[in-house]
Amino acid sequence: MSASSSPLTAMNGTDLLLWVAVPYICLAVFAVGHVWRFRKDQFGWTSRTSQLLEHRWLRWGSPLFHLGAFAVIAGHVVGLAVPASWTEAVGIGEHTYHTVAVALGSVAGAAMVVGLGMLSARRLLAPRIRTRTSSSDKMLFPLLAATVLLGIAATVVHNIAGGGYDYRSTVSVWFRGLFLLQPQPVAMSGAPLLFQLHALTACLLFAAWPFTRLVHVWSAPVGYLRRPYLVYRRKTATRPYDRHSGVPAGARRELTGPKAPR
Amino acid sequence: MRVMAQVAMVMNLDKCIGCHTCSVTCKQTWTNRTGVEYAWFNNVETKPGVGYPRRYEDQRQWKGGWELDRRGRLVLRSGGRLKRLASLFSNPDLPAIEDYYEPVTYDYDNLVSAPAGQDVPVARPRSVLTGKPTAITWGANWEDGLGGAAETAAGDPNLSGDLAEKVKFEFEQTFLFHLPRLCEHCLNPACVSACPSGAMYKRAEDGIVLVDQDRCRGWRMCVTACPYKKVYVNHATGKAEKCTFCFPRIEAGQPTVCSETCVGRLRYLGLVLYDADRVGEAAAVADEQDLLDAQRNVFLDPADPEVRDAARRSGIPEDWIDAARRSPVRALISEYKVALPLHPEYRTLPMVWYVPPLSPVLDAVGEAGGNAEDPDHVFAAVTRLRIPLDYLANLFAAGDTDVVAGVLMKLTALRSHMRQRTLGEQGDESALKAVGLTSAQAEDLHRLLAVAKYADRYVVPAAHREDAAALSAMEDRCPVESSDAPSGTDRKVMLGIPALRRRTTTSDNLAGDTA
Repeated sequence: MSASSSPLTAMNGTDLLLWVAVPYICLAVFAVGHVWRFRKDQFGWTSRTSQLLEHRWLRWGSPLFHLGAFAVIAGHVVGLAVPASWTEAVGIGEHTYHTVAVALGSVAGAAMVVGLGMLSARRLLAPRIRTRTSSSDKMLFPLLAATVLLGIAATVVHNIAGGGYDYRSTVSVWFRGLFLLQPQPVAMSGAPLLFQLHALTACLLFAAWPFTRLVHVWSAPVGYLRRPYLVYRRKTATRPYDRHSGVPAGARRELTGPKAPR
Repeated sequence: MRVMAQVAMVMNLDKCIGCHTCSVTCKQTWTNRTGVEYAWFNNVETKPGVGYPRRYEDQRQWKGGWELDRRGRLVLRSGGRLKRLASLFSNPDLPAIEDYYEPVTYDYDNLVSAPAGQDVPVARPRSVLTGKPTAITWGANWEDGLGGAAETAAGDPNLSGDLAEKVKFEFEQTFLFHLPRLCEHCLNPACVSACPSGAMYKRAEDGIVLVDQDRCRGWRMCVTACPYKKVYVNHATGKAEKCTFCFPRIEAGQPTVCSETCVGRLRYLGLVLYDADRVGEAAAVADEQDLLDAQRNVFLDPADPEVRDAARRSGIPEDWIDAARRSPVRALISEYKVALPLHPEYRTLPMVWYVPPLSPVLDAVGEAGGNAEDPDHVFAAVTRLRIPLDYLANLFAAGDTDVVAGVLMKLTALRSHMRQRTLGEQGDESALKAVGLTSAQAEDLHRLLAVAKYADRYVVPAAHREDAAALSAMEDRCPVESSDAPSGTDRKVMLGIPALRRRTTTSDNLAGDTA
């Protein structure tokens, strides 16, 4: 439970920059970036499947990574968004909470790390995948890996090997403060370095999100469960995304300009 | 009754010489781009053979098309909706690039830039996926003309059971015919039904099945669901692409590129009117061998005044109804019943039909010492073909040999009759009568199949001008276009996200991607 003083806490100005400015800038980029990408780049909005070119690693790596990520995200939502007082109100004590969190989190984290490891390995080792890796992937994979590994390291160092660090009284308070528009940089500045670095890479990940293949998260096709199997469309129907672009359907041709010769 | 119009195709396999002009012109038009080097919207297979991708017809392996569940309901063979979403992370039934082939280009530069030396410079093959030299071990038409059939063709899923014993691949005993394939633009498309994002759709006006490139999210379920494996993943854009039935040409009243350039003039294009309300019921008939008739029953007769009224009420323009009446496709499918669907047992109600090949029959009659002009000899030979009827039946009639034999006998009677007429004789009406043709019908069918004038083969009504503004607004670019050059403000994306899809296929940037 040592509030180990890290170099990051040295200046109040640094605290403001790291725990207020950076998160808000990243969130702004996240929000604006998504609106921009959704309006301008429907064609590029995809999961970018590469299963065609390599399927042996992907077969295990992708489900492990995704399912692990779902669990990890759910764990973060509970850990960050739900105040400790709420869980205590329903009778879950501090110790119980952390035992369960570490247990479930370890399984989820391990699945995610192994999955991401396999997906990264195929990116590096399968020549077909390696040559077809886009520059956004070259940014995304290291960033994602850094975030995940720092998070795991923080848990292992402080909550498994160490005596236990109650991030819910510091990191979570800082996190909720951002969204309640009452930033509390001090809550974060005392956190161990690994938690701080994890939070920072996570912020960067959110900022990068709209410019990477991560946008496919928002296209999770849950609507498929309810729609009729056969889809008919009339040529005269307006395209669903036209209304977002604010461009009258008939005016699109002028805007796109002449086609480049092939 | 909900009348809908479908632009459909029939191919007369007797005339296909396997020249691949359709495939090549199609590729030049639609898939000569990075990401779809391996994709052939149109390909020509030699049958028997495993096809492209390998063994695509084995639905126990690839899970394409529909099947009936235990309660008789029509379900996708690849599983229900929940199972499909559960396999988003890794699709267990997706063909790998090895099942197609590793696309290559050649070091053409070496031919002109190699230093002077003793040896003639060669252009070595180089994988377009990795940029590295590679050996060519398979291709989209690897088995062309039964090449390697002695080793591979036994893997043809249509050669099952006893048939595998009967069919021989020794030179003297073998047979082959060519099977050009493209998207079937099915009435009950499994790919559309499997698309989690709803990006695939069937056009209400002309039935063409397309992928909305802006809505496709690359879940790749369509590839699995299509039993004909005619939806492809563009590995550069991560999106699905497929045969568009050359809709920009169809809308202008022109035949598709594959039809227009067909050397053998074996393709027919025309409208078919059908009752959309009866599609589901037809696809779900209990017995696979009833699917052919069930599908024929979904088609409507545009000469019937009631149908014409219903078509008008459904908003089909008058000239389209007239075009449907003149449609060669309708004639071959519904009137003369000489065209058959490819693998009706997939229950997708495909709309590219085939007149089964007869040519080897006449050879067989001659070899057996019979008179190829005598219908009795030929009818008898039809059942003892070197191309076993069972094989054709597995392809075109869910295994019902009577259906295929009926068509072949009809074609035989027609040939025999017209041969006599050409020689100035009366013609054998009794043989015609035996296959249910009148003399006038025989003349008409002969004109359609043998004379096959351009205007008779392609009856494609243009899309309506009053819709033209909407058309151009909707389709202001081709749906599979990769705009590798700057294309105005609307589609520009910075930050290098779409770097790969902007590349063109030239040898000099093959390896450039690694950098």
